[in-house]
Amino acid sequence: MTDRFLKRYSYNITANDFMSAGKGSSSIKSNLKSLGIDANIIRRIAIISYEIEINIVIHSFGGKLHCDIYENKIVIVSEDIGPGIKDIDMAMTEGFSTATDSVRELGFGAGMGLPNIKKYSEGLEINTGSTGTLIIATINL
Amino acid sequence: MIIKEIVDIVKADVLTNYNDGNTELKYGFASDLMSDVLAYARSDSLLITGLNNPQVIRTVEMLDINAVLFVRGKVPCSEVIELAKENCITILATEYTMFKTCGLLVMNGMKGLEIDD
Ligand SMILES: Nc1ncnc2c1ncn2[C@@H]1O[C@H](COP(=O)(O)OP(=O)(O)OP(=O)(O)O)[C@@H](O)[C@H]1O
Ligand SMILES: [Mg+2]
Repeated sequence: MTDRFLKRYSYNITANDFMSAGKGSSSIKSNLKSLGIDANIIRRIAIISYEIEINIVIHSFGGKLHCDIYENKIVIVSEDIGPGIKDIDMAMTEGFSTATDSVRELGFGAGMGLPNIKKYSEGLEINTGSTGTLIIATINL
Repeated sequence: MIIKEIVDIVKADVLTNYNDGNTELKYGFASDLMSDVLAYARSDSLLITGLNNPQVIRTVEMLDINAVLFVRGKVPCSEVIELAKENCITILATEYTMFKTCGLLVMNGMKGLEIDD
């Protein structure tokens, strides 16, 4: 299999919208199912994309979530507008979180998201600055 | 453990039921933190939680978990029930506290997960 690009699914993610959060990842999941991808791989991709989606909802002012399908890999890409990640090494540490108490009451903000994304992906690139964050997570097929 | 046994043990209300009656839920995972559920729970587990919002269902949907038990008399909100129906997730609710619920399930043979790092 080659790394030929096949198609992209894209979703707009709204900041602070906890009722809709997860819709993008849910749709990615059902699209991957209809492509016939292995259930264990879909589960890993769903966890990665949901963690990324929730981070956009909680930590940014809003952004886009993409799922790029290649012949030999799936790439989850997110681009958001927001304050960016101040210290990536800290952010990658289990338990580090800047989430507010109101976010914790909703069940998030344990500082597990980015480490979890790293654990389930084969490649993770983060490009962040004071105007926003770009995340590229790759899962091989 | 099958759903019917769980219902009997914690005297649960069955709010939605998509279980065929024979599916084994091997493990229990109890948490109000969806971050931890995403990091540790396996798909063949029952999620036991006191958190009552749609993200509970989104979380189990991503993990391929198909049964959730709400504790402390929480009545799942309508958004939770709607999402559970969309995703064919079984929803149970008990009056018991988290501690008592977990204790009863463990006493009756449900296993906890090992966190392997
Ligand atoms: N898209 C983002 N924009 C700005 N900051 C972010 C973004 N994603 C993550 N961060 C920062 O990195 C920290 C760690 O992220 P991580 O996902 O690991 O934990 P969390 O979101 O705080 O909690 P959890 O994921 O367990 O619910 C966050 O607390 C936040 O400070
Ligand atoms: Mg997070």
